[in-house]
Amino acid sequence: MRARVEVMLKQGVLDPQGEAVRAALGALGFAGVEAVRQGKLIEIDLAATDRAAAEAEVRAMCEKLLANTVIERYAVEIV
Amino acid sequence: MKAAVITFPGSNCDRDLAVAFAAAGADVARVWHKDTALPAGTDVVGIPGGFSFGDYLRCGAIAARAPIMAAVAAHAARGGFVIGICNGFQVLTEAGLLPGALMRNAGLRFVCKPVDLIVTGQSAFTDGWAQGARIRLPIAHHDGNYQAAPETLARLEGEGRVALRYAQNPNGAARDIAGVLSENRRVLGLMPHPERAIEAAQGGSDGAALFAALMGATAPA
Repeated sequence: MRARVEVMLKQGVLDPQGEAVRAALGALGFAGVEAVRQGKLIEIDLAATDRAAAEAEVRAMCEKLLANTVIERYAVEIV
Repeated sequence: MKAAVITFPGSNCDRDLAVAFAAAGADVARVWHKDTALPAGTDVVGIPGGFSFGDYLRCGAIAARAPIMAAVAAHAARGGFVIGICNGFQVLTEAGLLPGALMRNAGLRFVCKPVDLIVTGQSAFTDGWAQGARIRLPIAHHDGNYQAAPETLARLEGEGRVALRYAQNPNGAARDIAGVLSENRRVLGLMPHPERAIEAAQGGSDGAALFAALMGATAPA
């Protein structure tokens, strides 16, 4: 079973890297790029066979390590 | 004073920190991140600068979960002193021993230069400087942009736990914060490097007062 974890900065937290990407896209001539937010996508292969148990375990991983919940939010998808 | 300096893979200021403690007169033990206990009688734990675990995932995130960190947390919980410098500050926030987080510098550049700082918090670390004193220490970081929730920042200010503030903000840190103290004022995290400014040959010696003050605070009565 595979889990896909998306980690993004929380709304309201400034993202200087996303802002730099936005400026670079503008410099390349892509007009109308109003905002860019940059995050992480983490794929985890699991031995678990139970979806609910797998999701609960991955959520625990997010709380303990994968996300810093002071500044980041996360979403877990079992695929 | 017995000091323990932790080394993680990728730490690169651990020797400098050990030298700074020793120069102040401390007995210094070097401790590997896979150890699970601090040397008996440790007064101060030093978490050094560097790029622990290659800054993978987030700066300090993996080091904060290393085996030795449970012993560091227990040391802090019983009122022991802990100082985290640069990457060590990032490790302490990731470990939950200090509030907030260190984000990418607002200007996106690695900043490496001496900076002027204002001493704004009273503690065993900072009492070697006068309150309001202007001191100069080197910084060298890519992720020193201190951020915390507005209520956390208000609380830090209200309790006088902002130890040091930048005279000119180099990285976008909220309220110019360069270093913060724990609630009991015995854990300090700071981005500037006092261990790189302990003698004139390093370009400045303002950092020596921190180690001397700690030495005084831990001297037997």
